[in-house]
Amino acid sequence: METTHDVPIWRRPPPEDTELSHQLEHERRQHLLLDPRYPLDIDGGVLKPMYRHTWRFWLVTALLAGLVLLFGAIWTTQMILGLGITGLNRPVMWALYIVNFVYFIGIGHAGTFISAALRVLKIEWRRPISRAAETLTVFALIAAAMFPVVHVGRAWKAYWLLPIPTQREIWPSYHSPLIWDFTAIFTYLTCSILFAYIGLLPDLAMARDHTIGWRHRLYEVLALGWRGTEREWANQETALNVFSYAIIPVMFSVHTIVSWDFAMAVQPGWHSTVFGPYFVIGALFSGAGAVIMALVLIRKAMHLEYFLRDEHFDGMGKFLLLLSLTWAYFYFNDYLVPWYGQEPVEKVLHQLLATGSAAPLWFLMIFCNVVLPWTTLWSRRVRTSIPAIFTISVLIQVGMYLERYIIIPVTLGRNEFPYSWGVYLPNWPESLITVGAFALIGLLYVLFSRIFPMIPVWEVYEGQVLQGLRRIGRALVPTKAEPGD
Amino acid sequence: MPELPERKWTMVVNLDTCTGCNACVVACHAENNVPIVSEEEVVRGRAMHWIRIERYWEGEWPDVKARYIPVMCQQCERAPCEPVCPVYATLHSQRENLNLQVYNRCVGTRYCQNNDPYKVRFFNFFDPNFEGLLKEQLNPDVTVRSAGVMEKCTFCVQRIRRSEEQALVADRPLRDGEVVPACVQACPTSALVFGDLKDPESEATRLVRGNQRKFRLLEELGAEPQVYYLQSGHSAVNE
Repeated sequence: METTHDVPIWRRPPPEDTELSHQLEHERRQHLLLDPRYPLDIDGGVLKPMYRHTWRFWLVTALLAGLVLLFGAIWTTQMILGLGITGLNRPVMWALYIVNFVYFIGIGHAGTFISAALRVLKIEWRRPISRAAETLTVFALIAAAMFPVVHVGRAWKAYWLLPIPTQREIWPSYHSPLIWDFTAIFTYLTCSILFAYIGLLPDLAMARDHTIGWRHRLYEVLALGWRGTEREWANQETALNVFSYAIIPVMFSVHTIVSWDFAMAVQPGWHSTVFGPYFVIGALFSGAGAVIMALVLIRKAMHLEYFLRDEHFDGMGKFLLLLSLTWAYFYFNDYLVPWYGQEPVEKVLHQLLATGSAAPLWFLMIFCNVVLPWTTLWSRRVRTSIPAIFTISVLIQVGMYLERYIIIPVTLGRNEFPYSWGVYLPNWPESLITVGAFALIGLLYVLFSRIFPMIPVWEVYEGQVLQGLRRIGRALVPTKAEPGD
Repeated sequence: MPELPERKWTMVVNLDTCTGCNACVVACHAENNVPIVSEEEVVRGRAMHWIRIERYWEGEWPDVKARYIPVMCQQCERAPCEPVCPVYATLHSQRENLNLQVYNRCVGTRYCQNNDPYKVRFFNFFDPNFEGLLKEQLNPDVTVRSAGVMEKCTFCVQRIRRSEEQALVADRPLRDGEVVPACVQACPTSALVFGDLKDPESEATRLVRGNQRKFRLLEELGAEPQVYYLQSGHSAVNE
């Protein structure tokens, strides 16, 4: 299609040929980036939902806040009475709190992966979903970072794990994987917040220019005086590129180190060299599922149907299938080698999973993580059906939570001395604290979505400007201009 | 301060003479202020015994034999529990070859228990509750641990320390058999022997050196445990 430079992209005339015109209509319905609209309408489409405070919003907020308060109350009780109120015992010293820690860190992987890796790879459909994913990363990491503190016996002394000079004059021990963990997560959280914030700047400036009152004052401060000059855009582009490349290895390091908390120990079932990559893939798997859930929910609650279309769920669904295949590959690796070795303790563990008391959990995990994605996600109809992909994503969360549950409390119940075997059953305090942690992420997400633009408007706009359609023979072919070329 | 000599404290457990009477367990509780947990807590798997008698059945009924094996902290030379502690609450005394536990450094990550193949570390799930007269018999030489910290057998480090100091004051070397941990003191059949492997004349060295009955628990893990067991049921006559 011929385009002239003086016509704005949202006012380009349709082709005169009816067949091409139909093709164009079809492409516009399919692809956000080929469906440009008047910029103020797009701004409005993002800003208006932030003012929606229906009774449903207040109900959800109140419910989530109540659960978070319950979290606080139970944690306080636990600190006063001792960890004995949980179901922990000997030898299962790590249980639901550490399961949550690993699970939430895992959720925190997808946001960066979608934003940074897809950005580096120049995959265009990522544009409208990057903010929702990055936000989920930051909040999941905050929830995850809480759990080691909830977990320790003396939470008020947890700052002793930080490498800060105090009157105690004892540095934390860098022999301990827990300190590696702290270092990796702190780095990742800092990078994630900065990465999300740099991407947020132009949108904050946009919001500043369209609002009055406290919102205006807030955005004015947060936008750091962004005016949209050539130089600012160039700097932002450079900063985002640097972060995108730098944050990917950090992301890989985080879940590798989380896996080392287990793999470095002599505990049978943990002492595995494949844990590093296996955990990273597991993290991305559950994280991608969680991002799909977040997208479905904000799309519905904030009426973002213009921005979030079938193509995004389709793309994320393919990603999910790929991750399911990779996860199964690593799981097979982790399972086959000890099984072939037939060491007595490993044998006991495998029997426990295959035919023992943990079998229901194990089979449910295999169903959620392998059988279900493999049998459904190959179909485009399933991937683009919102209820279907939402259900699959929820079940993948169940499956990945169970995977961590099997690795931690179930495995810890068995060791070399049958005399010291044990069974862990979650008690109500840690169960409610777990619910509270999910509520905390939800609450932060709900509040954030009413204060900050959930769709990166500038990214969408940039994509629409760069994207074009070229006529080749009787077909219209999407094309993309490379900035800087 | 004079230089104290290097030690290699060790425990030798003669399984032939152990009758499984549990006197060592009781003595340890009394000496080390080990909390006594309620019945329900024991059922929940939270019993606390720095030394425990593991009982295994051998053979089929009626030709069945009970085997007892006392298990306490193995004071490993290369203890897996030590490097994983992020706050140096458990660390090694190079001079004495003891695996120390510093209660007031512990924040309770419980990583040491996960990485302890012998499962001889105990977590204080609640504050200890010494009822009535039990409070009067607490040992003033040993800290009473609060909720949220790990604890384990110390080889009665307070007794080791006292004996070494007495020897130092008297300006004489520590004699073999002078340090007697509570479990050793209480054992009616002398199945437990405590001593310094660095001392070539000690009873412990004599029992360990060249003894074909000796073995250590989970030796294949390479933790170098410092508790030696002497196999039972293998008299020289049978072999």
